[in-house]
Amino acid sequence: MDSSPWVRRTLRAVVVVYLVLLVGWPVSLVAKNAFADGLETFQRAFADPSVLFALQLTAAVAVQVVLLSTVFGVGISLLVVRYDFPGKALLNALLDLPLSVSPIVVGLALVLVYGKNGWFGGALEEAGFRVIFAPPGIVLATAFVCLPLVIREIVPVLTELGTDEELAATSLGASRFQTFRRITLPAIKWAVVYGVVLTLARALGEFGAVKVVSGNFEGRTQTSTLLVEQRYQDFEQGTAYAVAFLLASVSVACIVAVTLLRSDDAAPARRPARPATRPATPSEVDA
Amino acid sequence: MSPTLAERPGRTARERGPAPAAPARRRRRTPNGPYRLTATSGLGLGVALLWFSALALVPLLAVLVETSAGGWPAFVAAVTQPQTAAALTLTVTQALAVTAVNVVMGTLVAWVLVRDRFPGKRLLEVLIDIPFALPTIVAGLVLLALYGPSGPLGIDVANTRAAVFLAFCFVTLPFVVRSVQPVLAELDRDVEEAAASLGATRFTTFRRVVLPALAPAITAGAALSFARAISEYGALVLLSGNLPMRTEVGSVRILSYLENGQPEQAAAVASVLLLVSLLVIATIQLLQRKVARRG
Repeated sequence: MDSSPWVRRTLRAVVVVYLVLLVGWPVSLVAKNAFADGLETFQRAFADPSVLFALQLTAAVAVQVVLLSTVFGVGISLLVVRYDFPGKALLNALLDLPLSVSPIVVGLALVLVYGKNGWFGGALEEAGFRVIFAPPGIVLATAFVCLPLVIREIVPVLTELGTDEELAATSLGASRFQTFRRITLPAIKWAVVYGVVLTLARALGEFGAVKVVSGNFEGRTQTSTLLVEQRYQDFEQGTAYAVAFLLASVSVACIVAVTLLRSDDAAPARRPARPATRPATPSEVDA
Repeated sequence: MSPTLAERPGRTARERGPAPAAPARRRRRTPNGPYRLTATSGLGLGVALLWFSALALVPLLAVLVETSAGGWPAFVAAVTQPQTAAALTLTVTQALAVTAVNVVMGTLVAWVLVRDRFPGKRLLEVLIDIPFALPTIVAGLVLLALYGPSGPLGIDVANTRAAVFLAFCFVTLPFVVRSVQPVLAELDRDVEEAAASLGATRFTTFRRVVLPALAPAITAGAALSFARAISEYGALVLLSGNLPMRTEVGSVRILSYLENGQPEQAAAVASVLLLVSLLVIATIQLLQRKVARRG
């Protein structure tokens, strides 16, 4: 169905205008407003100890969440793709749940369990471990919303990879761990990298869930996104824009990195091909 | 977790491009496992399930338990309280409207990205993924900069219902595009050409050949858009003003209930949103099975 040139051009124009008005133009304004007074805004913002603290806290939380998500993500992907156990289908469906749960609901759920009057919160507090209104709560909330990102990258690649090479390695005497390190890990390397980059972007930017569990105490549990909100509402728009610019730059850099890496890695092994999930037809097996 | 449908935005660029599907077939190998669980993998599964439960399952269960603690009348009272009912109605109607926009615009964007070639196309690819990665509070801030009181366009939607619509549109942009794109890229163009050679008009070909093939992907993307829209919070905080009875959405109600020390009411509203999320996931799973069977 080749459209005539003018239909094609009209569609293209509509799409470009829509995307520019909805995303391109607004996002470019964050840079414009942040640099409205030259570098002065940034100098003032970074002289503020609360800003520095918020940035450090955000970075620390993001690093912890990336580590947790990567270990959990790789492990659960291997289990879900390669092993059979009761309740696997249910687990599969539930793993996607965090993507469509409201951040505020995530925060509320964590408060109900780990808050002072929550199911485990009282006992944990007596043991001297505070979760809600403290950094561990921020890590939990962020890990919750980031949970599916690594898994969704690895599962299609693992599924497509099959077990030929792993079985060959095992039959030649490789241990399970050797097989994983020498065969499986290199094959899923890029999927893990994408997952990590996306998790990083998401972890740096989480707002709603963190707002509920952190208590938003300036200099103690206030992350960068919470600081942006507070400063904007306190009419310190320069600081708000400076921090927002920093966050936006990192997240856009993450997206650009993934887009570029993806269009460069041309090996079909890493292609999460859609047909891989249905049974192969005989012609495909023969081919 | 089948990658067939309803993907997180940003499946591979190669998958999006018009590259031929043949190499993927060639690589087909032995089927995956299932291996039996060994002691080590069983332990791993145990640890993973423990972490997943502590992080997500038990807390979400706590929301439902907290809701049911007050019984059915308390739930109904919380959800039908005028301010809450207004917030939920606004959330659902705006989310439906935005989903409709996404079904049309998302399919159109996917179409242009797959079938058209022009300089700067890769830039558009990046633009589509931005809403997924940009912190939501920054999204609200930048929309306010363009469509707020001092915006260069002279359009001011701040503190109106249009602001809710705009914020939803921004955060849900990638879902339909990214779910339709790979399906469209793998669509066999021979069938379209056959239809055309048999005298079908372009519109007929689109309606009778292309659209049915895209329908499951569009539905899945629409479901994700809807789920994301009704749960949005961050992008709205600065933009909509959270005016009671006018621009307040469901998630804002949950937060204010919680801050006022009314966790039961907060949990009741949260359960409504949670139920919708579960429905969406169920819809997508059903669609995936259907597509897999047909495939």
